[in-house]
Amino acid sequence: MALISLSQSFLTQRAPPYGIGMSTGIRTRDLRKTYTSPPPLASGGGFGFSAARGKGNKQPKPQIVALDGISLEVLPGEIFGLLGPNGAGKSTTVGILTTRVRPTSGQAWIGEHDVWAEQVAVKRLIGVVQQRPNLDFTLTAREILLFHGAYFGIDSHERTERATTLLERFKLTDRADQMVRGFSGGMMQRLAIARAMMHDPQVLFLDEPSAGLDPQTRLLLWEIIREYNQSGKTVLLTTHNMEEADALCQRLAIIDHGKNIALGTPAELKASVPGGYLLRLRFGQHSPEMLQRLQRLAGVREVRPIANNENSADVYADRGGSLVGEIASLASAASVELCDVHISEPSLENLFLHHTGRSLRD
Amino acid sequence: MNWTTFLALLGRDAHVARRNFVPLILQTFLQPMMFVFIFGRVMVSSGYMPAAYKSLLLPGIMAISMVFTGVWAVAMPLIAEFQFTREIEDRLLAPINISWLAIEKVFFGALQALAAGLAVIPMAWLLLRPGVEFNLSSPLRFACVTVLVALFSACGGLALGCSVNQTHIGLMFSMVLTPMIFFGCTYYPWSALGHFPILQKVVLINPLVYASEGLRGTLVPQFPHLPVLAVLIVLTIFDVLFLAVGLRQFHAKSVS
Repeated sequence: MALISLSQSFLTQRAPPYGIGMSTGIRTRDLRKTYTSPPPLASGGGFGFSAARGKGNKQPKPQIVALDGISLEVLPGEIFGLLGPNGAGKSTTVGILTTRVRPTSGQAWIGEHDVWAEQVAVKRLIGVVQQRPNLDFTLTAREILLFHGAYFGIDSHERTERATTLLERFKLTDRADQMVRGFSGGMMQRLAIARAMMHDPQVLFLDEPSAGLDPQTRLLLWEIIREYNQSGKTVLLTTHNMEEADALCQRLAIIDHGKNIALGTPAELKASVPGGYLLRLRFGQHSPEMLQRLQRLAGVREVRPIANNENSADVYADRGGSLVGEIASLASAASVELCDVHISEPSLENLFLHHTGRSLRD
Repeated sequence: MNWTTFLALLGRDAHVARRNFVPLILQTFLQPMMFVFIFGRVMVSSGYMPAAYKSLLLPGIMAISMVFTGVWAVAMPLIAEFQFTREIEDRLLAPINISWLAIEKVFFGALQALAAGLAVIPMAWLLLRPGVEFNLSSPLRFACVTVLVALFSACGGLALGCSVNQTHIGLMFSMVLTPMIFFGCTYYPWSALGHFPILQKVVLINPLVYASEGLRGTLVPQFPHLPVLAVLIVLTIFDVLFLAVGLRQFHAKSVS
């Protein structure tokens, strides 16, 4: 199995196999976070806030476990993705790594700096784009960049130049001197990314960077992220978009319910799904015998009944379309009606389904 | 401590304040000036109020302007910036301990309160003259009281701004600021409450009492007032208390 568990990777990959110059990596050890008040929308809007309640207290505080022991290591100079559905704990992980969320337990480091103990040193190294555009609405686009540069001590001449370059790069020049209140969602998002890059941080965090961007801008963003990475910078991005994870990330961690499910390169992860192809079948009636027969077909690696729908099954196999005819003949021989077939080619979506029984989009 | 970042944060607030200069001026001075005109001018010239009331009123108006300005300058932006848009986030990520961001807000709010307080004196003097009698016997004591009042208003703004939600702004004004102003010995000296002994004791928990009485004691000491030394001590205690509460609330709001 090509799947590398996260804790193993933490122990074995002490020395980065590749790394450019003075790049900075990220590590976390057994991060846990339990919210006792509703988390701010910016750090994980996906939570339903009713989960467990403490016992014994007169007024029990609602508790929600957002992270349940996340350990991971992002190598210096790589583009690393956190992939998972809404509420999986991606934003909370980013929140902890960027000093904005206090972990309930566990530790996190940016380079050699403990995030919670050395916040100022960490903030110098990182640039952050949060899930919601959180621009300073009392300023114009250019002023947002200029003041951001000033907070980081960039001298006046240089920050003016950088702001102009970034506004140009993100196609915001014609609106540069307008208040951002009237900007569209996509423009705000682009400006938020430009702002995060303004002080040329060693590590760039992007929480759902392409949410709300049109396809063209998304491609522009991907290009900018790759370019930024090629200059030796580390990028950590979260996404629930498999296409983005696949196209952009050198390595990925898949998380769900605050836990690591899988880690590896997109290719490794896809190869770790038995067979690679997934055929979702729906029959007219429940037939355990049918499922056993499916298992014996050439190329079928695994057959899984679906928990809450006994007429359906997931078939993991190393081929897709060519299997359909054989499945249909099997079904007609057994007098079971085959109602629906859906074939997925090897993808991260299949991997997620394989591990959780749920679709990323659910 | 990172002065470059601190000054840049201050620069940002100054820039925003400059952009909102006219509304800021109207908001700060319109209401106190109307009050000065009606009570100091209309009521006095028509004989319903004695002429001496002009001089008694001025320190109270100055205290109101300072407290209102300081609280408003710190609390309102904080309430807005901690909303779900989290506009403050880029400054929380600036390379400086987040307590300094709160202190920067307090510093800038106190500067605005000082400016408002000092501007009220000539403006009110122009409206009220003739008949205002200042006795600024100790400029140093006056300066100390003014600075402590400015700080208490800004620290109070920090504590309120980090404790109140946007939906409760109206309540904050009607439940906190308005009673503070009316029971703050602004329009009358504390000794005037002598006929209401219980109330006279109770209002001593109101920091605005010390602001008005302190300014009265240093600007127009010919009127009865609380001892200035006691005022200085109590105002210092309020400053420290509000700053401590404000910083605690600020951290609670900033980090989840």
